[in-house]
Amino acid sequence: MSNREFTSAAGLSPPLPGQRAVPMPSVLSSATGLAGGFFEWFGNLGIFSWQVARAAVTPPFEWRELIRQMDDVGSKSLPLVALAGAAIGAVLSMEARSSLTRFGAKAMLPSAIIYSVVLEMGPIITGLVVSGRVGAGIGAELASMKVTEQIDAIEASAINPYRLLAATRILACILMLPLLTLAADACGVLMGWLTQTLAEPQSLRQFIDSGFRGATFNDLLPPTFKTAVFGLIIGLIACFQGMRTRGGAEGVGRAATNSVVLASLLVILADVVLVKFILVVFP
Amino acid sequence: MATAYDIAMKTGDFEEDGSAPAVAVENLHKSFESRVVLDGISLSVSRGETLAVLGRSGTGKSVLLRLIIGLEKPDSGSVRIHGQEIVGMALDRMGEIRKKMGFLFQHAALYDSLTVAENVAFSLEHHRRDMSKSERGDRVKHLLAEVGMEGDLDKMPSDISGGMQKRVGLARALALEPEILLLDEPTAGLDPISSGEIDDLVLKLQREHQMASIVVTHDLHSAKTIADRLALLNEGKVIIEGSFAELQQSDIEFVQEFLKQS
Repeated sequence: MSNREFTSAAGLSPPLPGQRAVPMPSVLSSATGLAGGFFEWFGNLGIFSWQVARAAVTPPFEWRELIRQMDDVGSKSLPLVALAGAAIGAVLSMEARSSLTRFGAKAMLPSAIIYSVVLEMGPIITGLVVSGRVGAGIGAELASMKVTEQIDAIEASAINPYRLLAATRILACILMLPLLTLAADACGVLMGWLTQTLAEPQSLRQFIDSGFRGATFNDLLPPTFKTAVFGLIIGLIACFQGMRTRGGAEGVGRAATNSVVLASLLVILADVVLVKFILVVFP
Repeated sequence: MATAYDIAMKTGDFEEDGSAPAVAVENLHKSFESRVVLDGISLSVSRGETLAVLGRSGTGKSVLLRLIIGLEKPDSGSVRIHGQEIVGMALDRMGEIRKKMGFLFQHAALYDSLTVAENVAFSLEHHRRDMSKSERGDRVKHLLAEVGMEGDLDKMPSDISGGMQKRVGLARALALEPEILLLDEPTAGLDPISSGEIDDLVLKLQREHQMASIVVTHDLHSAKTIADRLALLNEGKVIIEGSFAELQQSDIEFVQEFLKQS
């Protein structure tokens, strides 16, 4: 076999006349590259998580920055989360009313609204809204700091950036997500009642009593506190994507987009796993 | 030519009597993917001494500074700060070493969400928790006065010029009273007057604080003004190290060409 024939067969040069191109090596190499990239990303995320966890539990603690981040994640997300919760409550009330009336189960309307909002819609909507607002914000902020060497400057000033920048933001997300979920739930239930009472007057107390009849803390607390896991995912992914950015303004944009996309995707996947976990542990 | 570091290494002086050089790098290698940036660099700087590292763009001068302060890890070789090996050191332990070092970034790298005064106060707030707010404020004012920026305390970094940003960056680098000062292109992109002012400022600070300084630059005039020794880098290696006069007397073709072009 000549050199030309050999390199052609190996896919290193164009096929010889009359010879069919063999696409397998390039498909195989791109698949290998993709798998390699996937494992490398997870490996780097694991190392990053370990560095953040170690920085978070060793003094000095960055209390002031933590409070600033809690304000940024919590109070600044509240209007959007409350609005999203209220919209979900109103839509659920309108949709469920027509369906339940058709099946002669109109009396179940308060329970249907409250359970839907508290068990699933409130937590997942909060998770997705915060993924969008906070995930993009953290991703872009840290990415911008990274490309302008501000994170290097923090490190050069003998300050651990994993503690100051990442641990505080992740912890703020973990702590604020359940509180934001409570706000979304409250707005959803309130708006659900308002929509219901506009169609058929009913007092709020009656609506709540009827909706929560038979409910226990096991029904209500796990779905709310599962959002702490959503907070962990959002904070971790956004900080990771931001702090590993390269390449100027384009890199900043990519970090912000990737933060939102990956955090939203992982929140949805985590929700499936956590719902199953809650059903098993709190039957 | 035997460098000061070679002599110190041979005699082992600094290891035994505790007079280790402030900074000593030995046989440092660093590559990015297949591109070799540093190929066995050895240098040292003692207290009160200023070394200027010269070379063409992309010869790894800034990478050398980043390796010295631990922002990059070398592929092989040793970096010692006051005799202490920092390669492979944990981040928190490295923090203790970095408190003794000040770093001026090429583009100043000021925190863009903080004012000029807050930028300078940043490391004081984290490392000098014993300082009261007023003491901290006084120290910030003093540092900014030293670099001629006392009138711009409340300005944002985006509101001041590149030269002013470098001055603030210098004040920030001096906040913790470092024993070692690393300056990455302190005069790059500045007009001749601002460059001269920065040079004078660096000289004044060296005289007053007796720091060991490494200045990375491709500005030969600035290097000649502020440095005791000069090291010329090419293709990842130190081609020559010595005084400006020694560089002028060198018969190495690259050295002569560099001096002529500069």
